[in-house]
Amino acid sequence: MGERKLGRATRDAYGDALVELANTRDDVVVFDADLAKSTRTGKFGALRPERFFDAGICEANMVGTAAGVAACGKTVFVSTFSAFLMCKAFDQLRMAVAYPRENVKMVTTHGGITLGQDGASQMSVEDFALALGLPGVTVIHPADDPSAKQLILQAAATDGPVYFRLGREKAPLVYEADHEVRIGRAEVLSDGRDVTLVANGMLLAASLDAAEQLAGEGVEARVIDVHTLRPIDRETLGAAATETGAMVVAEEHLTVAGLGSVVAQTVAETCPVPMEFVGLHETYAESGQPAELLRKYGLTADDVLAAARRVLARKG
Amino acid sequence: MPVLSAAECVAKCKVVRRHIIEMLAAAGSGHPGGSLSATEIVTALYFHHLRHDPHHPDDPDRDRFILSKGHAVPVQYACMAECGYFPISELATLRCIDSRLQGHPVKGTLPGIEASTGSLGQGLSIANGHALAGRIDGRAYNVFVRLGDGEIDEGQVWEAALFAAHHSLDNLIAIVDANRIQLDGFTADILNTEPLPEKWRAFGWETVEIDGHDMDAVFAALEQGKAHRESPFCIVARTVKGKGVSFMENEPEWHGVAPNADEKARALAEIG
Ligand SMILES: Cc1ncc(C[n+]2csc(CCOP(=O)(O)OP(=O)(O)O)c2C)c(N)n1
Repeated sequence: MGERKLGRATRDAYGDALVELANTRDDVVVFDADLAKSTRTGKFGALRPERFFDAGICEANMVGTAAGVAACGKTVFVSTFSAFLMCKAFDQLRMAVAYPRENVKMVTTHGGITLGQDGASQMSVEDFALALGLPGVTVIHPADDPSAKQLILQAAATDGPVYFRLGREKAPLVYEADHEVRIGRAEVLSDGRDVTLVANGMLLAASLDAAEQLAGEGVEARVIDVHTLRPIDRETLGAAATETGAMVVAEEHLTVAGLGSVVAQTVAETCPVPMEFVGLHETYAESGQPAELLRKYGLTADDVLAAARRVLARKG
Repeated sequence: MPVLSAAECVAKCKVVRRHIIEMLAAAGSGHPGGSLSATEIVTALYFHHLRHDPHHPDDPDRDRFILSKGHAVPVQYACMAECGYFPISELATLRCIDSRLQGHPVKGTLPGIEASTGSLGQGLSIANGHALAGRIDGRAYNVFVRLGDGEIDEGQVWEAALFAAHHSLDNLIAIVDANRIQLDGFTADILNTEPLPEKWRAFGWETVEIDGHDMDAVFAALEQGKAHRESPFCIVARTVKGKGVSFMENEPEWHGVAPNADEKARALAEIG
């Protein structure tokens, strides 16, 4: 397990997407909050300095200003670490962006706990809970570099507020470069009928690994990438629940109010089945190497596998 | 715990700087620039000016030190270890899984850490709270808080500055580490926070401006701050980011990368 090819970090896909936008669009304005090297917005700044603003360490002011620029007809990107955007600027996201439905793309990096040694203050374990608390905001968490770039460019081409969580670390490659992904459409990556493994971000590769292990035991798992948490793909999830009768949801987030909660609500409304959840249980994380953290906090293929066995036992 | 003189603190700074370099090299990540710029003041606090007992970190009458620019925590860990809060050997665990020495300060994990910081802009408010509680309880402790000149971009810092002056929190001393550099570059280019002394004075703080690497000036400013009454006190410490390691000095690139083995050896040789 775990011998998947590593691609680049999803934040590097953001850098590429911004370069493309810098070269093709004149309505794009980008803001950062003193993390332009880390988030890769600096790449846009180098090409389009007149439409790039490093706001300083001022997340709330950055979001308010971005909303004003968006209100004047621009497509505006705001970036910093996921934790800082959502936690420091939440009321500005609420009042100035989500409520008036401004065309602001909140593209954040260093999401989750896999940023590693910097520790809990920089980690977002609650960003989906907050983003989902902004009605009407599209919420996306891509698993790898090719899918991230496509989804970011689609968001740039559509009006309205979108939240992205991207990662710091190199991400295992899940998609071929020419595989088309679409905002709002969950991707079925393997089509089993015994149990469904739903995941996104770093947990997607872990779920694919767990599915391989299960296949060796004669259990066919359906693996679904729910990169878009809102709008949720009810059809794909409802069909999976109906056809497999058991589901595991795995995410790099608190097990409350993130992917697990959204999927559980969808399944409850379409076809209730036994479910198990892999994620952070009522805890912040800490400093450490990404792989060590994933192990300590229960976010590995083994943890998905154990959850699959539990849910299969409940399915009976 | 013995109280060191200014001259002894100067010598101690070498030890502290060596720890900083060694810890960061061992961890393979972290923030040398802002740790080295803060070394004189944090050393002066732990070895002379703070009233504290490493064996009773919960003493309600202790002076408080809050490192609001939490990424500079290696300088604090180095001083705490040298004071006896924990074994010096534990410094090697910085940023490792299961370590008490987290990448940014975490309250409750390591005795003596007063506040969890690392999301910039919050320490002054927490310091205000400690100062306010000291007044309510009639305790004579002082509260020291160290801020970055980039960190003070955050609006919360200025809300806190207003609050402290409005409530005449004269048991509060803020030290701004004015090393002219933030993460993406020079503060003058990213978001200018100068003129610093004039700003703090306009916000109602008694303010002095010193060379933050001149130990005598550091001692004098801290004494003045402790004695000052009727308003909070601000020390604008003019410092050099990366101070003591020539290739790190004034280089924004050394904000947040650890030295490799070769760089570590060169740095230690320079520090002496
Ligand atoms: C709210 C928040 N935004 C961004 C960061 C990332 N960050 C870490 S250090 C830093 C620059 C800090 O500059 P300054 O306060 O001047 O510190 P110093 O130069 O003394 O290291 C930034 C932007 C953070 N830790 N917290």
